[in-house]
Amino acid sequence: MFKKILIANRGEIALRIIRAARELGVRTVAVHSTADANALHVRFADEAVCIGPPPSKESYLNIPAILSAAEITRADAIHPGYGFLSENAGFAEVSENCKIRFIGPRPEMLRLMGNKVSARVAAKEAGLPLLPGSKGVLKNPAEARAVAESIGFPVILKAAAGGGGRGMKIVREKSVVAAAFATASAEAANAFGNGDMYLERYVEKPRHIEIQIVADEHGHIIHLGERECSVQRRHQKLIEESPSPAVTPELRRRMGEVSVQAMERIGYNNLGTIEYLLDERGDFYFMEMNTRVQVEHPVTEMVTGVDLVSTQIRLAAGDPLKLTQADVVFRGAAIECRVNAEDPVTFAPWPGKITGYSVPGGYGVRVDSAAYENYSVLPYYDSLLAKLVVQADDRSTAIARMQRALGEYVIEGIRTNIPFHRAALADEAFVSGAYDTRFVERLLASESGTRRLRRAIEETP
Amino acid sequence: MGPRVSAPEPPPPPVTERPGILVTSPFVGTFYRAAGPDQPVLVELGSVVKKGQPICIIEAMKLMNEIESEDAGKVTEILAENGQPVEFGQALFRIEPL
Repeated sequence: MFKKILIANRGEIALRIIRAARELGVRTVAVHSTADANALHVRFADEAVCIGPPPSKESYLNIPAILSAAEITRADAIHPGYGFLSENAGFAEVSENCKIRFIGPRPEMLRLMGNKVSARVAAKEAGLPLLPGSKGVLKNPAEARAVAESIGFPVILKAAAGGGGRGMKIVREKSVVAAAFATASAEAANAFGNGDMYLERYVEKPRHIEIQIVADEHGHIIHLGERECSVQRRHQKLIEESPSPAVTPELRRRMGEVSVQAMERIGYNNLGTIEYLLDERGDFYFMEMNTRVQVEHPVTEMVTGVDLVSTQIRLAAGDPLKLTQADVVFRGAAIECRVNAEDPVTFAPWPGKITGYSVPGGYGVRVDSAAYENYSVLPYYDSLLAKLVVQADDRSTAIARMQRALGEYVIEGIRTNIPFHRAALADEAFVSGAYDTRFVERLLASESGTRRLRRAIEETP
Repeated sequence: MGPRVSAPEPPPPPVTERPGILVTSPFVGTFYRAAGPDQPVLVELGSVVKKGQPICIIEAMKLMNEIESEDAGKVTEILAENGQPVEFGQALFRIEPL
């Protein structure tokens, strides 16, 4: 086992990793920007090193500063969390060259899955089902039109280097393919410095279902079932749950088996998540793979009882995974609401000082957060304030429990999306389980949705 | 010895309240007062330094980085010890303009 882990992250995930390390008896080093000197991850780590000024580029993304901090504190491993440098193959490689273990998959895995085109090729070779689409990068508008015609409309154009929903365009007819290709490619070149595009069939009512993979360094790979992440706005997830109301035990077994087999073929190690698009017929297609711990990992932990972050650290240290697929049992239902510091109607980020704070608790409630009273939500970083997670025997009890917990959550001084969650959880589509990735869009456009949202805003202190 | 553990309480104020300009570490690394183990220290307490004069070394990523004084003046305080790990923004010297 490692002696000292440096956590190259901030906020709730840094705290989550510190907690796991402490339970494993491993010392921790927090790194932080000058703006985060009073952050909880700095307080609860055994040591802390200031690595730069507030902008992420000069602190949490500053590879030389982070490696220097690891060097002067003699850390023997780095946990990158999610976001920031977590999927940066170069960072993983340089860390390993400095004899510091990168807690995550091998650099070549990050590289393979980090580019959407190479990931698609690798997924296909490994036997994962793909949406019909272009073979690799499209050379020009004419090729885009020909491929779109052969697979049928609607299609979606995607940037090879894109992510988080940026660099995508839906095209519904032949006449506009060329123009859409030109615009999307120019946008991608501007946003990511790479204008490469590919296209695939567009599914009208897709559900976002992802499979959690756990792989040790010795070729033993299992899955921990699915997470449903269809409640999203502009491809930013807001509510996640496990199990998915759309996934039957038979479908779970199939998705899990296909995923594990593919990971065995690729030679994957450590934690990973395969994101699929599930259509109305129950067919699923590979979207992308995330080579890190996910924000929404707690819902899987709550239904399987597997501590993913602790497991991740132990696997990186070379421990064999003792759990077999047959040992994995799914118990009840879990839901996570991402509580963001943002306006509940416009979704505009809302940094500022939290003047009053009281967290929900009680049976089946978990709050992963780095917030506290008098904590200032900073404008430099993302707006995730807390992950409110509930677990219950069944889905309807979990929804009731989440509503109860949301009602107890007091966050004063700034705006949060708690009213949005209250309205979303009360919506008939969510309650029935018959929702897809356009749920939020429809909710905000509907009269009942906006009425519920208004009422929730009034009722939130 | 590791770097200091940053507690949420603010550090004691006197360091910044005395006269003079604080030279802070531009990055995380190890502080050295000389360019090498057999070399003389770059500045002593009371040394008068010119703008652009090398005053210490910060080792980071196996590289020795010369840190130059951004102001001219007299070194009135040396706030880090030779061989000590330093973090971004940590005070290293106080220089009083003449």
